[in-house]
This record gives sequence, C-alpha cells and structure tokens, in this order.
Amino acid sequence: MKESQLVKGNVALAEAAIQAGCRYYFGYPITPQNDIPEYLSEHLPKQSGVFIQAESEIASINMVMGAAATGARAMTSSSGPGISLMQEAMSYMAGSEIPCLVVNVMRCGPGLGGISPTQGDYFQATRGGGHGDYYNIVLAPASVQEMFDLTMKAFDLADKYRNPAMILADAILGQMKEPAILEPREPVRTSAKPWAITGAADRKPQYLKTLYLSDGEQEAHNLELMRKYDVIRDKEVLCEAKNLEGAELLVVAFGTASRIVKTAMNMAREEGIRIGLIRPITLFPFPSKAILEASEQIPKVLVVEMNTGQMLIDVQVSAHKSAGIFFYGRPGGGVPTPEEVLVEIKRSLHATAGIQASKNSVG
Amino acid sequence: MYTDVIMAGFGGQGIMLIGDILTYAAMHENKRVTYMPTYGVEMRGGTANCTIMISDEEIGSPMTGHPYSVIVMNGPSLVKFQPKVRPGGFLLVNTSLVEATAVTRADIDTLLLPANDIALELGNGKIANMVALGGYVERTQVVSLESIKKTLPKAIAERYHKTLPINIKAIETGAQLARRG
Repeated sequence: MKESQLVKGNVALAEAAIQAGCRYYFGYPITPQNDIPEYLSEHLPKQSGVFIQAESEIASINMVMGAAATGARAMTSSSGPGISLMQEAMSYMAGSEIPCLVVNVMRCGPGLGGISPTQGDYFQATRGGGHGDYYNIVLAPASVQEMFDLTMKAFDLADKYRNPAMILADAILGQMKEPAILEPREPVRTSAKPWAITGAADRKPQYLKTLYLSDGEQEAHNLELMRKYDVIRDKEVLCEAKNLEGAELLVVAFGTASRIVKTAMNMAREEGIRIGLIRPITLFPFPSKAILEASEQIPKVLVVEMNTGQMLIDVQVSAHKSAGIFFYGRPGGGVPTPEEVLVEIKRSLHATAGIQASKNSVG
Repeated sequence: MYTDVIMAGFGGQGIMLIGDILTYAAMHENKRVTYMPTYGVEMRGGTANCTIMISDEEIGSPMTGHPYSVIVMNGPSLVKFQPKVRPGGFLLVNTSLVEATAVTRADIDTLLLPANDIALELGNGKIANMVALGGYVERTQVVSLESIKKTLPKAIAERYHKTLPINIKAIETGAQLARRG
C-alpha cells in the first residue's frame, strides 16, 4: 500500500488518468482546471503519451474523438463555457459509441461566469448536453481521494459501455489539498475494442458513424442506446448513504455541497436532530431507488445544491409521492456555510409538508 | 477532536507554506486534514490565506466562516478575520506589521508576536511565518512541535533544505515566546 500524499484535487485527477492508461490529452486552458493540463503536460510525455494544447475546446474534443476512435484511452478537461463548446462532438461520440473522459471543473454561468465554486452544470452533464437522445455517464467526486478513484472508474465505465464519461467537479475539489492514496483500488482493466478504427489491412473495413438514413435504422440505433442506458441505470448506480436509520429529515446533496452538509449534520446531531444523507456519486445513473426507499421511511427531504435547483428535479421524480421536498440552493459562486444549512434543516423540519422552503433565504 | 485555523497575510509572507507544514504534521499524527488555499482572482502583493481543518473524524466542509483559530500576519487580514474568530478561540497577530491596539477582542485568547522583528534578530527576515507557526502550535497544541520539525523537510522544496536549521530555530523561538506569554 502506498503512503498517503498531500495533493490537490486536480492533480489527483490527472495522476489517475495516467495510471488508468490514458496517454492522450487534448485541451485548452481555462480556470479552475488548469492544474490538470499543467500536470499532464509534464508527466504524460514521460510515459510516451501525447499532450496537445489545442487551438480551441472544439479542436480539443475532436482530437479526443479521433484518438479514442482508434481504441486509445483519451481525455480532455475544461470548465463551463469550454464544455459547452464541446457538446457537438460529445453528441457524435455518444452516437457512434466512442468512449472518452471529459472533465468539467465547473465555473459559474450562464455565459463566461465567474471562477467560484458552483454546481450549475448539473443539467448539462446529466441530460446529455448536446443534441439527440443520449446520456453521459456522470461521476461526482466529493474529496481529493475520489477525484483519483472516480477518474479511474470513469475510464473503466466509458470503455465498458462505449460511452462518454464525465467527471463533474468544482473549484473547491480542484484546489483543495487532502491526503490521498494515489494507487488503483483494483487492477486497471482494459477491454478489447474490436470496434476501433485501426486500419483494415487484415480485415473488412468498419465504420464509426452517426448518420442513419435508411428506414427505421436511426430508431433501431436509438432503441439500442436506450437499452444500454437502462443497463447502466440498473448496474452502475453509486451513492453514499449515511445515518438514514431513525432520521427525521433526509438531505440529498452531491460533491462539495455534500461536504458542507456533513458538517451541518454533525451540528444538528449536537442539538439532538437526526439527519440522514444520501450523496449521489453517480449523477447519471441517478440513485433513484435509494432515494425512493429512504423517502418512504423519512417523510421530509431537503435538497442542497450550489445552483437554483437542478438535481432537485431528479429527487422530486425519484422520491416517494408522500414525501415533502424542500430545497436550499446557492448559485453563482455562493458557498453555503454549515450554519446556513443547519437553518434550512430546521426550517424544513418545521415547515408544513409539501410546501417548498424559500429558494434562497440568504438572498 | 476537531479544530481549524485560517492563516492570512500578504502574498510572499509564506502563509501557504506554513499551512502546508501544519497539514503534513497533522498527517504525520494520523489525523484527518484538509487544506484549502484562498481561491479567487489573485494578484501579486495581494492577500493570501488558507484554511486548515484537523480532526479525528471525517471532515465535512473544508471552509469555515467561524474559525477556532486565526493567524494574522498583516493589517488587512486583522480587519477581515478578527471578527470571525469563535468566542473562546485563538488569535495570533504579527505586531511587526499590525498595530497591537487594533487587537480588540476580549473574548478570545490572543498572542501578540512581533514576528518580523524576531525573524530579523534570528538573521533572516523571511522566516517571520515560521515564528508565527511555532507560536500557534505551542499555544494550541494542535500537533506536537516534534511533528512539525519532523515533517518540515517534506513541505520545503529540497533546494531550500540548507535553510532547515534556521527555520527550526524560528519555530522554536515562536514557541518559546508563546509559552512565556
């Protein structure tokens, strides 16, 4: 077992990519993820890998598509507006089932936004983001260790399902240092990729394409993708459940927001208030079943996000119909303090079931 | 056990470095620890601060609006952080750069250290940060001085290892003054 190292989240993520066998990085600088390309520009060439700072995000993601189409593990990283520019190619990769990793260390929006920590890209990440009927596999780390572990996992899931995978992080997770063990939890798996475009010298030519014009061909393809997403929903859900037994209120939060909630939970416990937490680790697939089961037992649910209510929709869809669902959100770089979350916990507990708590009580 | 500290000053005073050293020392004592640097649009000569959380249990939020302890190395940081220290908490102020009369909280433990003057007396004006670190560790006992000294080489780049003895001297001097105070 390796010793813990004190490392930034962004660096842990970049190191995980190398250990996962990624040898191709293409990207364009943007705060707050620049430590990722900085690290890879130094360390990828040492592993005979390729690091290219492309002329734009559009070029970067298309280079990722080209490299990944040959069967190589390839990635890019960006933030907010850069990720928006990549959506066309991500849709093409979803359609032609080319696996890759796209890292979004979120910044505020809409537009260029600020660089403060936020979770405003939940919809974009979990609803596909580009055109067409598709999903990305989306993983939401909440610690430096998970920046490492989930990056390894993302490459694995992307290959397994031939699907783009995304890490959805924020400036706190990227900049924070914590001790982390930078070593794979299980041996790195690599799967055969008979679909890859590797030259047709000894075999029939094959294609990776997204254009289906014959009668019914596109629909059949979409239904095939749907079946794949259903398998992912069935098999790949990850979430952390904490203190659900006997809880008066269930809090649902992901990423950095879940860290703040954990401190608020401890403060609540000192006041004799029992709070349970479900922290979705995969945002797609969403832990709907865990939330349904927990909300059957715990009648009140508070969703805490650093946005104006995005995962909230998934919780509303998932939770038991009798559950009262409340929301506390801080958008645009507002980071809730544990004390503020505790106030919202109490407000939710005392509110009449079914009536929404104020969307932003801090103003 | 849970505690936290915000260390604050100008860029260039070595604030981030003493934060790193404390974090390594906490790791050495098998404690849970997080280190969050100031994050925002920074500029040369601007303010710099970092927040460190140390606990025996899982750490939730890596940031706090109500720190248990604050190390203030310059005037603007006193204005910003003095009001935020928890009642009963601890405030260390570098009185080489901050007027002692500006330290007004009576409900907390305060330690006034002329860190730059002490550093100059020791022969190197750059080690005021280490004087403050020594004072903080001695007064709060958050980690042992031994752990700080032991992990110092990890936090300081190898090309500066020839300065380890004077850094240790500064930490010890800060600690000694904290004991007397």
